[in-house]
Amino acid sequence: MSSVTVTEAPNERELLLSTSPHLQSRWTTKQIMWFVVLALVPSVISAVLFFGFAQLLVIATAVVFAVGTEALIQYLTKKPIAVADGSAVITGLLLGLIVPPNFSLVFTALGAVFSIGVGKMLFGGLGYNIFNPALVGRAFLQAAFPVAITTWTVPQFAVDSVSKATPLAALKFDGVSTAISPLIYGNVGGSLGETSALAVLAGGIFLLVTGVANWRIPAAMTVGLIVFGGGLWLLDSSYPTPLFHFFAGSFLFGALFMATDYVSSPITNLGMWIYGLGISLVLVLIRVFGGLPEGVMYSILFMNAFVPLINRYTRPRIFGEVKS
Amino acid sequence: MFKTFPGGVHPPEEKELSEHCAFEAMPMPSMVILPLSQHLGKQATPTVDKRAVVARGQVIAQADGFISAPVHATITGTVKSIGREHNSNGYMKEAMVIIPAKLKEGEELPADVSLPPLDPSTVTADEIRARVKEAGIVGQGGAAFPTFVKLSPPEGKELDAVIINGCECEPYLTRDDRFMIERPDAIVSGLTLIMRALGVKRGVIGIESNKPDAIASMQKAVAGHEGLEVCALQTKYPQGAEKMLIKAVNGREVPPGKLPLDVGAVIQNIGTAVAIHDAIAQGEASLTAAVTVTGRGIRTPKNLLIPVGTPIKDVIEYCGGLTDDAAKVIVGGPMMGVAQFNLEAPIMKATSGIVVLTHDDVRAQEETSCLRCGKCIDACPLHLLPTRLARLAELNRLEEAEEFGITVCMECGSCAFTCPAKIPLVQWLRLGKQRVIAMQRSRKASAA
Repeated sequence: MSSVTVTEAPNERELLLSTSPHLQSRWTTKQIMWFVVLALVPSVISAVLFFGFAQLLVIATAVVFAVGTEALIQYLTKKPIAVADGSAVITGLLLGLIVPPNFSLVFTALGAVFSIGVGKMLFGGLGYNIFNPALVGRAFLQAAFPVAITTWTVPQFAVDSVSKATPLAALKFDGVSTAISPLIYGNVGGSLGETSALAVLAGGIFLLVTGVANWRIPAAMTVGLIVFGGGLWLLDSSYPTPLFHFFAGSFLFGALFMATDYVSSPITNLGMWIYGLGISLVLVLIRVFGGLPEGVMYSILFMNAFVPLINRYTRPRIFGEVKS
Repeated sequence: MFKTFPGGVHPPEEKELSEHCAFEAMPMPSMVILPLSQHLGKQATPTVDKRAVVARGQVIAQADGFISAPVHATITGTVKSIGREHNSNGYMKEAMVIIPAKLKEGEELPADVSLPPLDPSTVTADEIRARVKEAGIVGQGGAAFPTFVKLSPPEGKELDAVIINGCECEPYLTRDDRFMIERPDAIVSGLTLIMRALGVKRGVIGIESNKPDAIASMQKAVAGHEGLEVCALQTKYPQGAEKMLIKAVNGREVPPGKLPLDVGAVIQNIGTAVAIHDAIAQGEASLTAAVTVTGRGIRTPKNLLIPVGTPIKDVIEYCGGLTDDAAKVIVGGPMMGVAQFNLEAPIMKATSGIVVLTHDDVRAQEETSCLRCGKCIDACPLHLLPTRLARLAELNRLEEAEEFGITVCMECGSCAFTCPAKIPLVQWLRLGKQRVIAMQRSRKASAA
């Protein structure tokens, strides 16, 4: 907050002046961002555990190129270099965790540059992007390198039934279903940070408990998954169960780390419910009827586009206001 | 679970600095500066001239119009000047300066003037109103609204509860807490008098849960009084805002642009209840202010009874002076109070505290872009969208700001307190609100 310093004549003492309030909470942008980074550590660990130390290189490449791109653009556009706020580190980490194991470092770097350059800085930087930058980068990679991004390595301790294909793809294309417990631990094929539900939940619960992430979005997505996924399953039991929807693929990672991104999600409470339910509806439609096995990325990007509209039409009732 | 309202914030309470300091009376100051407008409404009109000798308790300025209050001399002495002086709201306002009289041989100081005491058990509603007006009592909650006006509701308003505001939700301040501990019977008497003036049968004293001693003290004092109750409320800022207090106590919401009396409630501050009792039972006019002087920037925090008009610097000096790291002197609480640039400004009738913050407390932090985290929306007790309104104010998009309810904002500061991006939200809202109000005025003027 800007303060004016005045010299008070009689005692020659300097007093600060500003309008109220004179106290500020301890929360800062930087602190929030570093809390999110901390919450992603369990997922990084699970990636290393299941897919080997080489994955640290993939993740580090994404982080370095994300931060570097942001710093470079800020330097070129003569804006203050603000990478210390941690937001580019998060984008890099998120992108690094949603690519397949042993993904090409060159492609990873390209994805990170696209995430920050197009997904974030083109819109005006922190606070102004419409779409989740990490998902923008992932969508770019999906379009540019469709084969590489869907080539899954076998996890280190894999039993052969769940090798090569992700559980969602196995179910969709081969009709092979996967038990829930490997999904929980993460000993299955999939993107680096998404396979272990346990690790994702640990970080996610930390964010919910500390109040960094708003609980309404993951809650709405879960309700949506039960209603839409469960509804279809009740109609035809050959469709996946809601429990499978919940633990397989990137649902948890998307719900806790992607959809809760402040900038690209609604600011009103009602808006958050609409947004979360919308994501799950689109997700279930893609998973069940679409050509792709997984739909978390596209469903979140799809709903990101509606956020300004949702915000506009979900103004809360002002205290004491009577609906006329 | 204690009763409360949705929203709000939890600033550090910091009551322990002064909560156990009993009230002490500050000695007569070397001069007093008495602003002629210490209340909302019209400025009072001086009734004495420069160089006149006035006695403590004598009227020096008469109320002008319905919403106004008289001003009394708070020390015996000579009128040194009548002119514009800084007051502690940060404005230059007409004020009378009184200094102790220099006595010539054989001269005698005039005796203190007081009003004849009345019997609180038999005094009528009209007598109560007349006395409250005569004594120049104004609301002690901060806005300084002339109290007798609140005791004279317009015809046709159905009132069913008087609520005494003992929340003291501003951090640091402890004077209402001390009043409840030291003078519970005066508060109960004041509440009974307010209820009689308004013809209301139910009286509630709302107190935040962080004042257990005050709650116990008031519970003891109301025991055996029919229609009186103590309501313990959750400790949360701004629990003491009128709309929030009514919501917590009886679940009603005051609509935008309406007053508490539109939902059947009248709210008075603890200090006001004490002042009403003292004006009736002891014939005392509004001459002293009960003030908490506190914060880590002051050497000896105290709760003081100070003659109105005493310069702030005299009070600070009486409390041992400022510490070396004192950074900001605030009159009122740290959430809604006014930072002072001139310590010669006086204590006024409604001054509740002087809070001195250190550099460490102030911690001016760098502003970043809005993250759209929505913490300000969760915090806003009036369910506004502070981040959006601030942006609209910044862009001067006043029609939209009006549509989104900017004029409803009471400037409690919860949004700016909570904002992790350190955006001066309430400051933008304040600016936008003033511009929207100006726009509405000119619209009305051009329509007429």
